Amino acid sequence: MRINGKGLVDRSTPLTFTFDGHSVDAYAGDTVASALLAAEVKLVARSFKYHRPRGVMGAGSEEAGALITVGNGAGQDPNVRATMQEVYSGLETRSQNRWPSLNFDVLSLNDLASPFLSAGFYYKTFMWPKAFWEKLYEPVIRRAAGIGGLSGEHNPDSYEKAYAFCDFLVIGAGSAGLMAALTAGRAGADVILCDEDSIMGGRLNGETYDVGGATGQDWAASTVAELASMDNVRLMTRTTVTGAYDQGTFGALERVSHHLEDRGGRPVECFWRIAAKRSVLAAGSIERPVAFRNNDRPGIMTASAVRTYLNRYGVAPGKAVTVFANNDDAHRTARDLVEAGVHVAGVIDTRRDAPDGDGYEVYKGAEICNSEGRKALEAVTFRYPDGREDKLQTDCLAMSGGWNPSVHMTCHMNGRPVWNEGIQSFVPVDGTVPGMLTAGACNGVFSTHGALTQGIAAAQEALSDLGVKTAKADVPKAEDAPYRLKPLWAVEGKGRAWLDFQNDVTVKDVKLAAAENFRSVEHMKRYTTQGMAPDQGKNSNVAALAVLADATGRGIPETGTTTFRPPYVPVSIAAMGAGSQGIGFAPQRFTTSHKASVEAGAPMVEVGMWYRPSFFPAPGEKTWRQSCDREVNNVRNAVGVCDVSTLGKIDLQGPDVGEFLDFVYTNMFSTLKVGRTRYGLMLREDGTVMDDGTTARMGENHYVMTTTTAAAGPVMRHLEYVHQCLRPDLDVSMISVTEQWAQFAVAGPKSRELLNGLLAEEINSDSWPFMACGEALIQGVKGRLFRISFSGEHAYEVAVPSRYGDSLFRLLVSRAESMGGGAYGMEALNVLRIEKGHITHSEIHGRTNAFDIGFARMVSAKKDCIGKTMSERPGLVGDTREQLVGLKPIGVVKQLTAGAHLFEKGADPVRVNEQGYTTSVGFSPTLETYLGLGFLRNGRARHGEEIQMVDHLRGITTQCVVCDPVFIDPEGGRVRG
Amino acid sequence: MRIKCPHCGERDRREFYYVGDAVALDRPDPDAGDVVWDDYVHNRDNPAGVTRDLWYHESGCSTWIVVTRNTVTHEILKTELASKVKEAMA
Repeated sequence: MRINGKGLVDRSTPLTFTFDGHSVDAYAGDTVASALLAAEVKLVARSFKYHRPRGVMGAGSEEAGALITVGNGAGQDPNVRATMQEVYSGLETRSQNRWPSLNFDVLSLNDLASPFLSAGFYYKTFMWPKAFWEKLYEPVIRRAAGIGGLSGEHNPDSYEKAYAFCDFLVIGAGSAGLMAALTAGRAGADVILCDEDSIMGGRLNGETYDVGGATGQDWAASTVAELASMDNVRLMTRTTVTGAYDQGTFGALERVSHHLEDRGGRPVECFWRIAAKRSVLAAGSIERPVAFRNNDRPGIMTASAVRTYLNRYGVAPGKAVTVFANNDDAHRTARDLVEAGVHVAGVIDTRRDAPDGDGYEVYKGAEICNSEGRKALEAVTFRYPDGREDKLQTDCLAMSGGWNPSVHMTCHMNGRPVWNEGIQSFVPVDGTVPGMLTAGACNGVFSTHGALTQGIAAAQEALSDLGVKTAKADVPKAEDAPYRLKPLWAVEGKGRAWLDFQNDVTVKDVKLAAAENFRSVEHMKRYTTQGMAPDQGKNSNVAALAVLADATGRGIPETGTTTFRPPYVPVSIAAMGAGSQGIGFAPQRFTTSHKASVEAGAPMVEVGMWYRPSFFPAPGEKTWRQSCDREVNNVRNAVGVCDVSTLGKIDLQGPDVGEFLDFVYTNMFSTLKVGRTRYGLMLREDGTVMDDGTTARMGENHYVMTTTTAAAGPVMRHLEYVHQCLRPDLDVSMISVTEQWAQFAVAGPKSRELLNGLLAEEINSDSWPFMACGEALIQGVKGRLFRISFSGEHAYEVAVPSRYGDSLFRLLVSRAESMGGGAYGMEALNVLRIEKGHITHSEIHGRTNAFDIGFARMVSAKKDCIGKTMSERPGLVGDTREQLVGLKPIGVVKQLTAGAHLFEKGADPVRVNEQGYTTSVGFSPTLETYLGLGFLRNGRARHGEEIQMVDHLRGITTQCVVCDPVFIDPEGGRVRG
Repeated sequence: MRIKCPHCGERDRREFYYVGDAVALDRPDPDAGDVVWDDYVHNRDNPAGVTRDLWYHESGCSTWIVVTRNTVTHEILKTELASKVKEAMA
């Protein structure tokens, strides 16, 4: 029911939305909850376990009753609190956890079975037979107990994440937060003020009392206007700060466009990381319900929520409202209702010294002991101090058991709140989150005057820490009523009295937990699921542990609290992982030849973050093997071109580079002549091979190192480590130039002929012998030329600045094609290097050392290097080691597979007989057979021996002969050609 | 978590690569013996309290940093250039 003349909703902008397909009238500024209450829709949801009818219970993000699903189809959003969802024209909402409909829900039969469904029921009942749990019990239980669900489809909505920085973060824009932000803003500090509501002001918007000579609502609006006019203040509405982390980092969820009919390209939500030098928590407090029999019917709400609907939305949640309280604050609800012309059936106050009513009756010392009504509240039964019972006809009950400070954020870094006898609740301890202060109701100060005062004080203290002066601020005049309360957690009596409305946990369940010796608060929580619903116990935790304290004969402080962890409100995974879906999951790195390769029809494969061509299919080729074989033959017989830009390129300069390289490589580089390239091996400090590659000496003090594609980053980090942490005395500078140079292998007997058509100066075997390097003018572009070979052929690598990569690649490929060759991809590259016995990270896989791969002589005896000492440990050399060998099939089965195990001929292929394993295999068109590389125990002494390869996974057994890993041209005649 | 890079100022921990105990700076002589080398390469303390570790500002200025911090309170007590620390050890 709407009350004319009340509320902040825009009566000039009516609109409609749907709830379960029915059209609902609303105004701009309404939430789904306020509009449903205005339309007198009481039944909004079904509860988790018993499928009990539930309605709107609060007015904030802690809502425990009215959970709904918003939207339809793939992007539907479950478990949205109706109290937080702003309405817009065309909004679609649905109730959840009901079948076939909200009004007639088959599983509400669970409610009749409630005597059996108490705490621990599942643990006790569904134990045997064991196999039934996974197949039968759990699926059935999961279907019956639940809340909203996702669509199961890919989420089409966009989400965002962002960073923000400030001097002073204010969390919550109620009276304390606004005053803190105003004080800091006026002093010129860089301020961020976050509030989860759509408008700022906190409780002021739900109350009628004055602040600073204006209504609270007007004071909040004018304060927000002043803050908005300051360039140094950033106001973030619809933004819940969800967690406090180390060094002043906070997580915050902004609901960017959930409230908009037309999102206009905006993300749905944005997850913020805010780095703040200082902060103040002004999160307010949450009113707590009272547990009594059937206290969960639609129409039963918190007293402050009733005031919020009346004063902020102009909605009376009932026609005859009853108030049930143990404190003075709740009497405001009765006064505001009477003032607005709404009938108050009575105020039932458990205190014998409760204040008198003004236009309503107060039943002093009485308590409500039951309620009636099936899908909405119809009456309440209350008990006088003398035991007599009476009944009030009522359609809305506003209850208040007092207030719980929202201390959650102060506990996120292991802080524990302490019990405060005066307010019968927990209050935060100073300093539990470094740099964060608390102010107002979250600090246990419940009057408006107290909140304003603490807001000013917090800003002054924080700014003084930062060396910013604040002007003396006057506290606006505001109410300063004392908080008078008599503790009341649960009304004695039979039947079920709810504590946790979302998870259907009752007083009886907590008492049962205690009786079955789950006496620790953490055990009780897990046994009953108390506090484990989406509201994380915000409405119920304190009352539940008061009941536990009573049942176990301890005080509340001894009973203690469970741990509050982030996030403060549920955060969608989509927001936290924004930008990381699909193609955004990992960055993509493209070579300069990417476009040309894709145009040529090459399937691209991921190599780390890089994309490289797998092979280049020619007309008529039906399988990758056909293309691969042709590309290998091209290189062996004519000329092939391959983009090798993904290999790491590190430019090292300085007078001490030679000495530095001698220290990071096992072999000598200080002796390398200018204009020459050398293959190098790098170890980890534990003696295991880290990486390999060639390094060219371009000048006296200038080297260019190449690394493998996979290890480019780790090697760069390692070189910086060795320089900065171990040898800062060496005068060396280095930088990664991987992306600055496009580099192509030109390999094959016709490679020189191809290049000589492009180079300004022709080369020959004298001017550019094997392992020569230097600058070269390629089609007028200053580049670099290296005579190195991964394929085992007469080959070069030619490098140009990246901007020329695309055109050079196309030119090289067209020349190669005209000479009977062409481009080759990763498959051919791999076959070529296996034929030549060259290793990759398949062989230097983090468990092999220089001895294992046959490079022991590359560890120079003349000098120390990283990993040298540890590589000499006993056990890392000798005939017990698995050593690199070549393998060729000799039996009926011709196939070799990588990752297969090696056994002696005729041995039983079981673990204890294992002699080694294969690492790389490929079909060699040159030798017309499968070839394999692998590690075999004492393998170098076993060349010529017949062994068996067994691939247990694929069911392949192949007889092989062990041989040298270099299958072609062991003398190196081709590379020197 | 935020770490103050001596060059770049305070930065989010996502910019850094963590490697472990700063004992790595104290590389033994090649002939220091098995026990010393074993300690240097493998053995690490895992204190509840103050530690000194090496962090690399990989998404920043490529500087290796010695970070002194408290594993219990998460407090960062000091950050220094590893090269300066190493030079001072000489």
